[in-house]
Amino acid sequence: MSNVFIAFQRNEETRDIVDAIVEDNPAAHVDLQPAMVKIDAPGHLVIKRQSIEDRMGRTFDLQELQVHLITLSGHLDENDDEFSLSWAN
Amino acid sequence: MSIDLRTVAITPLRNTFDHIASRFGDKPASRYQEGSYRLQAENNFHYRPTWAPHYEIFDKHRSALVMDDWYSFKDPRQFYYGTYTLNRARMQETAEGAFSFVEQRGLADTFDPEAKALALEILLPLRHVAWGSNTNNAFISAYGYGTTFTQPCLYQAMDQLGIAQYLTRLGLLVGGVGSVAVARVAWMDDPKWQGVRRLVEDMFVVEDPFELFVAQNFAFDGLLYPLVYRNFDAAIIAKGGPTISMLLRFQEDWFTETSKWVDAFMTTASTESSQNSKLVAGWVTDWVARSADALEAVADAALDQGAAALAPIRDALSERAAKCGAGQ
Repeated sequence: MSNVFIAFQRNEETRDIVDAIVEDNPAAHVDLQPAMVKIDAPGHLVIKRQSIEDRMGRTFDLQELQVHLITLSGHLDENDDEFSLSWAN
Repeated sequence: MSIDLRTVAITPLRNTFDHIASRFGDKPASRYQEGSYRLQAENNFHYRPTWAPHYEIFDKHRSALVMDDWYSFKDPRQFYYGTYTLNRARMQETAEGAFSFVEQRGLADTFDPEAKALALEILLPLRHVAWGSNTNNAFISAYGYGTTFTQPCLYQAMDQLGIAQYLTRLGLLVGGVGSVAVARVAWMDDPKWQGVRRLVEDMFVVEDPFELFVAQNFAFDGLLYPLVYRNFDAAIIAKGGPTISMLLRFQEDWFTETSKWVDAFMTTASTESSQNSKLVAGWVTDWVARSADALEAVADAALDQGAAALAPIRDALSERAAKCGAGQ
């Protein structure tokens, strides 16, 4: 199965986002690079708004991800609660 | 000459302060953690306070609540000074917008006079109630233990001061300068306010910080805010339109937000042990009953259906208590 991946800048906010992703995607592999964090996952990766909000302690709009986003690969499916990457299509 | 560019990863020798690392492990800590945990002064107090020699200056035993770790309280909003002030600045901007909108268009002058009189009669004395909560939360913050517990209580105290100011400004804008003095006389002498006034004063002499937390932030505010800022607000909208409601925006938003925090603390305290659960449940029963009694006369004057409106609010509050593990 091919990997999907997403990469963020490393900062205060993405720390919570990455923690949320790791919890929701046990198969994800986190690669910490200087100033960047890349997360690979086999086949499928989901980012859940609720998990991020629980960590940040505030409301979070998934489009805020774009501010920190460097790159991603996979087919993107996005709604108000989930942002998911997969090779399903 | 060729220049070789390469990336060198420099890993920091330490990720955070030692006292934070000892609790969470040596990994990058959030600003909330760094600004909250293990900041409570614990050692090197040579003298006990002369006014209460059976306690240390900061003493866990001031509350009957027994916590193995007072830092297990965690503010779900993760407010430290920076995030708190930023957040409130945003809320204040919204509220200021509403005030200037009402002022510029002269909406208060065209507001239905009967509805206006009722709104002033019910809302303005609440500035004294808010000041009471300011005092109480400052007390909890001063005599409670553990920064994650005391810190948000101080924010709550400041918020209540803000609410008192918004209510005052509402009075000045809608009812003119004299209305504030009228409200003070009502607070001191009007029979319908004496129950609430007595309750506020009774809370002033509660010495257990967590009991006071339950009494003020859960029981009393848990009844007062839905009653006034939902039911009464809706009644005023029906009578005269949304002008007054716009000026209450801050309180409504604020109550929704702070309830989450209050519930989180109630849950942490109640789930610690069965003794705590019983203790908190006892406080809830006691203070909810007293608060409901005190608010009856106010509800009677404020709403067409009168004190009957309190029953569903009380049920909802019991449900909240049960969810927090402090139900009967």
